[in-house]
Amino acid sequence: MIPFQYARANDVADAIKQIAADPSAKFIAGGTNLIDLIKYDVEGPSRLVDISHLPLRSIEPTSAGGVMIGAMVPNTDLAYHPMIEERYPLLSRAILSGASQQLRNMASTGGNLLQRTRCFYFYDTAMPCNKREPGSGCSAIEGVNRINAILGTSEACIATHPSDMCVALAALEATVHVTGPAGTRSIAFADFHRLPDNTPQRDTNLEPDEIITAIELPPKGFSTNYSYLKIRDRLSYAFALVSVAAALELDGDTIKEARLALGGVAHKPWRSSAAEAALLGQRADATAFAQAADWLLHGAKGYGHNNFKIGLARRAIIRTLDQAARGKPQSVSDKKIR
Amino acid sequence: MASYIGSATSRIDGRAKVTGEAKYAGEFNVAGLVHGYVVDSAIPKGRIVRIDTSGALGVAGVIDVLTHRNRPQMADKDDAYKDEAAPEKGSPYRPLYDDRILFSGQPLALVLAEDWETARVAASLVKIEYQKEPHVTDLQAERAKAFAIDKPEKPRGDAGKAFASAAVRHAAEYFIPTEHHNPMELFASTVIWDNGQLTVYDKTQGVQNVQQYLCGVFKMKADEVRVMSPYMGGGFGSGLRPQYQVVLAALAARALKRPVRVMLSRAQMYALGHRPASIERLALGANSGGTLEAMTHEAIAVTSQFEEFARNDTGWGNLLYKTPNAKFEHTLVKLDVPTSCDMRAPGAATGVYALECAMDELAVALKTDPVQLRLQCYSDRDQGGDIPYTSKQLRECYRQGAAAFGWDKRKAEPRSMREGNDLVGWGMASGVWEALQMPTTVRIVLTANGHAEVATAASDIGTGTYTIMAQVAADMLGLPIDNISVKLGDSTLPQCPLEGGSWIASSVCNAIANTARAVRDDLLKLAIGMKDSPLAGAGVDDVALIDGKIVSKRDAAHAVSIASAMQAGNADRITREEANKVAEDKSHARNVHSAIFAEVKVDEQLGVIRVTRVVNAVAAGRILNPKTAHSQVMGGVVWGIGMALHEETLFDHRYGRVMNANIAEYHVPVNADVHDIKVIFVDEPDQIVNPLGIKGLGEIGIVGVAAAIANAVYHATGKRVRDLPITLDKVVQFN
Repeated sequence: MIPFQYARANDVADAIKQIAADPSAKFIAGGTNLIDLIKYDVEGPSRLVDISHLPLRSIEPTSAGGVMIGAMVPNTDLAYHPMIEERYPLLSRAILSGASQQLRNMASTGGNLLQRTRCFYFYDTAMPCNKREPGSGCSAIEGVNRINAILGTSEACIATHPSDMCVALAALEATVHVTGPAGTRSIAFADFHRLPDNTPQRDTNLEPDEIITAIELPPKGFSTNYSYLKIRDRLSYAFALVSVAAALELDGDTIKEARLALGGVAHKPWRSSAAEAALLGQRADATAFAQAADWLLHGAKGYGHNNFKIGLARRAIIRTLDQAARGKPQSVSDKKIR
Repeated sequence: MASYIGSATSRIDGRAKVTGEAKYAGEFNVAGLVHGYVVDSAIPKGRIVRIDTSGALGVAGVIDVLTHRNRPQMADKDDAYKDEAAPEKGSPYRPLYDDRILFSGQPLALVLAEDWETARVAASLVKIEYQKEPHVTDLQAERAKAFAIDKPEKPRGDAGKAFASAAVRHAAEYFIPTEHHNPMELFASTVIWDNGQLTVYDKTQGVQNVQQYLCGVFKMKADEVRVMSPYMGGGFGSGLRPQYQVVLAALAARALKRPVRVMLSRAQMYALGHRPASIERLALGANSGGTLEAMTHEAIAVTSQFEEFARNDTGWGNLLYKTPNAKFEHTLVKLDVPTSCDMRAPGAATGVYALECAMDELAVALKTDPVQLRLQCYSDRDQGGDIPYTSKQLRECYRQGAAAFGWDKRKAEPRSMREGNDLVGWGMASGVWEALQMPTTVRIVLTANGHAEVATAASDIGTGTYTIMAQVAADMLGLPIDNISVKLGDSTLPQCPLEGGSWIASSVCNAIANTARAVRDDLLKLAIGMKDSPLAGAGVDDVALIDGKIVSKRDAAHAVSIASAMQAGNADRITREEANKVAEDKSHARNVHSAIFAEVKVDEQLGVIRVTRVVNAVAAGRILNPKTAHSQVMGGVVWGIGMALHEETLFDHRYGRVMNANIAEYHVPVNADVHDIKVIFVDEPDQIVNPLGIKGLGEIGIVGVAAAIANAVYHATGKRVRDLPITLDKVVQFN
């Protein structure tokens, strides 16, 4: 850990000005991931610009019928907000599947999008890692890779994105609002996180001098037929081996619309338009679910320790879709899988 | 007055702990304290070519950087580094001694600064150039190099031949990965230098062990080093041997002539001792009547390249099951890792896991109920020495455990019990550990105001030693427990062994009883000296101390108050120091036993396992404090759940390095993993094991738990997983 300067941003414009002035400065909000990374010498910002006091803490309905979530809304407040619980329970359940109450109290909505991988080699500065040190090599490909990716990997990196919340946001097709020196722009959730390719050091398409100001949810919340199922190596307080966000719109037992996203398997929440299209017009049954799972896992590749994730993901997708179709979403507190 | 012994008593140190008043090794603050931060090795084997400390030394507030090059003098003979718990064979590790690197995470430099943050920053600036050498860290890859330890169990009959001709046979190999203790409290030492004398606050399970060790390493006299450890945030065996941070802190304090603290990081604690990974091979042969004809248990466990740490995993079968033919062999493989060390129930947690899974597999092969098989094979004698037990209520453990669990409702067939998507499985196992006593001396100072101080150099690693000492002293001295103060964790106190092996309760409490008897004798003499003494003619064993009085056992009306006896004798205090009597008697086996019953629910499709119920019925002699005893066994069960399902130190053998050196990725059970746990203490009076009939509880809680869970997983799924931990991908074939 190296010494760093600390400054508070007065407003969004000030935050951008401060971050643009210093290429090795970083924003800090809840700090639930960044502080760990600084302690492990994985991150070494010269300056921390504290944005936790910016007035980005509201959760408001939008004129379009959706919801605008300020980037500084703590994960806890978001998960338990009545509007979210009622209209977007998938998001609420996903958030409550992650971390602990204490961490969720601190973690911000914007920061959740920007948390970094839990790959063992990323955290150990004695090990080669392209994400931490571009060009040094990926130790995980032939290493201890139980927790690593099976989809969208590259020869440079097989890290996963660890967020639960983002898996739900991907399924709900949220929009990320950002502001930079050139003004504001919106990024579709699917375009926010990147695949590793040859630049695994870049997790997202957010520019270094941009700040997330809000996450916007579209009107459709799939509050009747949804489920978030997280499979992990202990029953709580662990990152997902595989997680599934499923949301359906049913007409009787026919699928009118389907959303499906995977966590714990790729460098970003994993979706497939083919998988979702395959469900349209189908009877909500095991055959259709299995077909969708196969589409979603198309091209999946194991690296040894994580081979099992492919089959596990397939079964988890089927189960989650079944839970969604039955209107019996996975409970967060009851660890029995429904 | 009701007896304190045997009654549920809250911890007398509980308030100090929850209010923060209790100070731990890294919390003793003195003016001018220097903070040390360790720089550790990124490679597992080789030599240090160069250490560039210039960057660190350039940081404002850095005082010095100690390395093998510039460190002060340390002893150069192995004997100086051999502590009480050191393996007999080998050359103990010496921190900062020379340029050799023996394991990844080895301390190579100590950065000393005016504050901890500065030391930590500067440590990240120390550059080390290595000369790497080929290393080995994979037990499976090196297993052909296993060699036998010096003291194997004696074979009986011809197990190989008997197995070959047995009607029903089971042979299999089981695996337990490397595990780490992960106590909550980080290892830390605060060393205060005062004109050449050292006062050391250390996280340790043996203050006198550390004191003698430091005297050896630094060639200091006994009265120049005092080691204290009043409280400990968990040890589990990791604090039995002096750990390197105490050497570094003392080294720095002597070099700087200032107080120094060295605290390790969580990651650095993965380069201390560990439960060695082990491969366990069991071969059981039975006749068609369902009793054993042959038992072979062979183990291969890990030790370091420089010491031979061995805790026999095999031989537990001699205590549990009758068999005419038996062979046991514990072997070691040397790897480039730190020396393995004791971790809760060393040898038994691992060996009994394998044995009890094998017995379950034999029961399946015999189509016999697992409890029934154990009763059929029950041994009333320790077959190793062919001797009886001081007591053994294991049959009663099976009976009471099975009744509390509802075992009679179990359907024998695997996969025969269901609940929705879940397969339900019921499994059981036996547990066994030793009931040892070690030489211990206790001092009691009784003052005329009816207060007593009871003292010995024990450690309370969180198990409740303070409390049971107070309970026993209160009963023996006939005083209210609030009038007893307990002193421990100080090397200047009367001699006490390491806090391990489940022997502290029996050792310390029997020593208290002996010392209290000496105090009683003194009191009686004073009472008899009184004019017209109602106790005239009584001997020390004719009286008891009850409710502040010396009372005749024959006639309670004949009594003298302690206060008046002391007043009459003009004694303002009575000080006595006595030891326990450790029996040399080898005519009996001394053991504790348990029966564990576990229920698991396994999602048939996804393999997710929940341990929904555990009953652990324990026979461990006299239970001093049902409250702390219950906690101790419950903790053992939780740890057993972790051993069965979660715990594994993950090595990347290419780098010889632990990759999950933190408690986010080294999994132990969290609340969600722990459901209903019932602890039963089976009544087990024992007049032989020691005068107070105490057997100890430290280890037994974990023994057999992982086997019961593994057996339950088999019963639920029909899938036998023999290598721990049982993760979902081992239960379900996904691809």
